[in-house]
Amino acid sequence: MDYGFENGKELLDLCRTRKKTIGQIMALREMEISEKTIEAVRNTMKEKLQIMNAAAKKGLDIEMKSVGGLIGGEARKLNAWNEKNTTLSGNTINKAVARALSVMEVNASMGRIVAAPTAGSCGIIPGVVLTAGERLGSTEDELVEGLFAASAIGLIVVQNATVSGAEGGCQAETGTAAAMASAAAVQMAGGSPVMSLHAAAMALKNVLGLICDPIAGLVESPCQKRNALGVANAMVSADMALSGIESVIPFDEVVEAMYKVGKALPIAFRETAMGGLATTPTGIAISKKLYSPEK
Amino acid sequence: MKQYSAFDIIGPDMIGPSSSHTAGANRLGALARKIARGDMIKTTIQLHGSFAKTFRGHGTDRAIVAGLMGIPASDERLKDALKLADASGFSYDFAKADLGNVHPNTVKFIIDQSGGKSIQITGASIGGGNIEMTELDGLKLKLTGEYPTLITRHRDYPGVISKVTGLLADHGVNIAFMSVYRHSKGEDAFMVIEADDCFDEGIEETLRSQIEGVNDAYAIVFMDGEA
Repeated sequence: MDYGFENGKELLDLCRTRKKTIGQIMALREMEISEKTIEAVRNTMKEKLQIMNAAAKKGLDIEMKSVGGLIGGEARKLNAWNEKNTTLSGNTINKAVARALSVMEVNASMGRIVAAPTAGSCGIIPGVVLTAGERLGSTEDELVEGLFAASAIGLIVVQNATVSGAEGGCQAETGTAAAMASAAAVQMAGGSPVMSLHAAAMALKNVLGLICDPIAGLVESPCQKRNALGVANAMVSADMALSGIESVIPFDEVVEAMYKVGKALPIAFRETAMGGLATTPTGIAISKKLYSPEK
Repeated sequence: MKQYSAFDIIGPDMIGPSSSHTAGANRLGALARKIARGDMIKTTIQLHGSFAKTFRGHGTDRAIVAGLMGIPASDERLKDALKLADASGFSYDFAKADLGNVHPNTVKFIIDQSGGKSIQITGASIGGGNIEMTELDGLKLKLTGEYPTLITRHRDYPGVISKVTGLLADHGVNIAFMSVYRHSKGEDAFMVIEADDCFDEGIEETLRSQIEGVNDAYAIVFMDGEA
């Protein structure tokens, strides 16, 4: 394979020798393995972007109720607050978070989303990529290339670790999504491939050890708010990398550390709803109410 | 190792909320539909483990029925699958069951078919929307549906396997993986063939009619974006 890569180091080597961005390398790799044209490959990613866009918009206007009933209406609340007030974390972050909350509401109410990399972390990449694009005045093609860059980072994690909450905890899901999103944002802002990898490394490092403890086993709470955190994490990591700040530990080693931490997590903290917030008195009460026989 | 696509990472497009409990469950329903060839008079769906516990909050029931009806994981009609089933007279029944020491996301389909026949299919949703079929009519086997797959039900005696693979070669099909399963020597056996190429239309009938010992064949091909 001309454009295959196993890890971050090999990806950066390819970017350097071929003089391409991470997103361009990933699109060429996709062309190579799918035996399709570059236009066809880009168009498929454009379709993903459109689904993300619709899901990110929906909750800003409409209040959705999740199937489990634990979330709904958060995106609209934050968006309204952000539009009318002087917020503490600023317009860009709040807008990005509102979009992520919306995508998670769409997901939890059985609407259409793009798993990125999973359904439980599907808000982070749309929130970051769409809002960074708005802030930077990016073209649709640049957003698409950003999504390819994000998928390159996700691919490295899938090849060397895991993105499954059941295997690696929430760090593997929302941590990877934040790493993917921050690398995309750096590329969209004109940063180098090396900077994208530093951003991804920082974003993933920031949430090492984060457990997966869904209340009543549902992809609702705390998942939605951890997607909000993932957005902020990605944006801050991207800005740090763009300013020239480097991750002390390289991305590939962070991925390996994340995998080891994930495997060391007790089963109670890996999507089983047997620990963390799921087994707090409130978490247990919610679960009992949802699964009572008369319901 | 599997060569992951960019769209395995940014993707699949799906109806939420869970890739394992919704999208994977839908694919299991679709698999059962393919094996039953759409001939489903009444389907009993047994949910095990985490599926049995959290099916309502994840829409697992709607996702499975959607799959049985041919509605894919990315189709917004999935949410209303139970209503659509009632409206169209599609007959199904859910039950919680302990299926033994199996994956926590396991489902068993018991499908009554025309002419008094019935078929039983068990499978698990193993994460990220990926599935594994684990049992067919009481016999343990393994297939994922990631490749075009052919299952034969045949008599366990010398020569059947080579005739089947020979026929596939004649049809230009390259075999990627292959396994053979049986109850005991000389009895009913299954062969699972995962191929690089799609099978010709009518391959099932060709195998049944041309190869002595092959009692039945099922070709399972998931197209892009299909349930």
